[in-house]
Amino acid sequence: MTLSVLQMIALALLVLGIGLSCLRLLLGPTTPDRVVAADTLAVITTAGLAGLASVFDNPIYLDVALVYGTLAFAGTVAIARALEGDSK
Amino acid sequence: MSIIGDILLVIGCAFIALGSLGLVRMPDVYNRLQAGTKAATLGTIAVLLGIGFHHPDWWAKLLVIAGFVLFTNPVGSSTIARAAYKVGIRPRPLAGKYEADS
Amino acid sequence: MEDSLDTPPVSLSHHVFVFGILLLLWVLLTGSLDVQELVAGTVVSLAVTLLFGSRFTILTGFRFSWLAPIYVLTYLGNFFIALLRANLDLAGRVLSPSLPINPALVEIRTSLKSPLGRLLLANTITLTPGTLTIDVEDDRLLVHWVYYPPGTDLQQATEQISASFERRLSRFLI
Repeated sequence: MTLSVLQMIALALLVLGIGLSCLRLLLGPTTPDRVVAADTLAVITTAGLAGLASVFDNPIYLDVALVYGTLAFAGTVAIARALEGDSK
Repeated sequence: MSIIGDILLVIGCAFIALGSLGLVRMPDVYNRLQAGTKAATLGTIAVLLGIGFHHPDWWAKLLVIAGFVLFTNPVGSSTIARAAYKVGIRPRPLAGKYEADS
Repeated sequence: MEDSLDTPPVSLSHHVFVFGILLLLWVLLTGSLDVQELVAGTVVSLAVTLLFGSRFTILTGFRFSWLAPIYVLTYLGNFFIALLRANLDLAGRVLSPSLPINPALVEIRTSLKSPLGRLLLANTITLTPGTLTIDVEDDRLLVHWVYYPPGTDLQQATEQISASFERRLSRFLI
């Protein structure tokens, strides 16, 4: 598995995205800010897992991406609903 | 063929990075959500499309993942926005009118 | 929240539609048209349809017609163009040093009745340029604007956005 120059650039941009999202996760003054960052990180991870499938030439990572996306979505909705419950 | 795939990968990852930049730069939850959701959705779809050019035989599963992301991502961000609104966070430099808590 | 939406009654065609969707998902996930896979998929889809079909009411808003696939495709085409424009618009905003934003909240009404229709309209508004759906309550949508040009009628501008997609959606959804 060797990466072409364009793939290197894509990987660097993906890492930049993860870093910036993590920054918001750490800073995020309120809890919803952190949830937004976690949600974005989850979607980036889904894309990254699909990228891994391509790099390792192994479609099993696509299933991992799909299941990860499903669980992350359920988690996001669960946390959001829990936050809503706090306000009452 | 694989050059087109690589270009799509770069475009997708660029959108993801821009969305994360928006996540850091924007001043409140709602604007952050706007930046994060739109960019991450289009970025992920572009990445999946790019992978489709590298591995055309995976199209079915890539289509399922793309459809899933397209469907769940806005729902997730709307639930977060709703939670933020219910908790009492309001967009700060506010223009226009909105009804007080009903 | 879901209880307050009016759900049309469940019919036989609804069950056939659910079965078709499940089987399509099975074929896409397994990625093969092998006879064994198809038989297994048919059995599983049939079992799921019989057990849960009557409770799976999210799809009941679909309006069946021969032109429906074309309407779905034109909707998707317009949607992707809007998504691309939204991202370019946002990229420009994020990259400009002054960060030009001017947020606003607007409440609009929709004429779509089905839960699926309202869900898709909310999703579309979230992914189109500059707008985000915060809450859907009955037929009212609370929409957040990232930048609204000063001096425009906000209510009218928002309704314009939702109306064009609502028209496309109402061709294949109740």
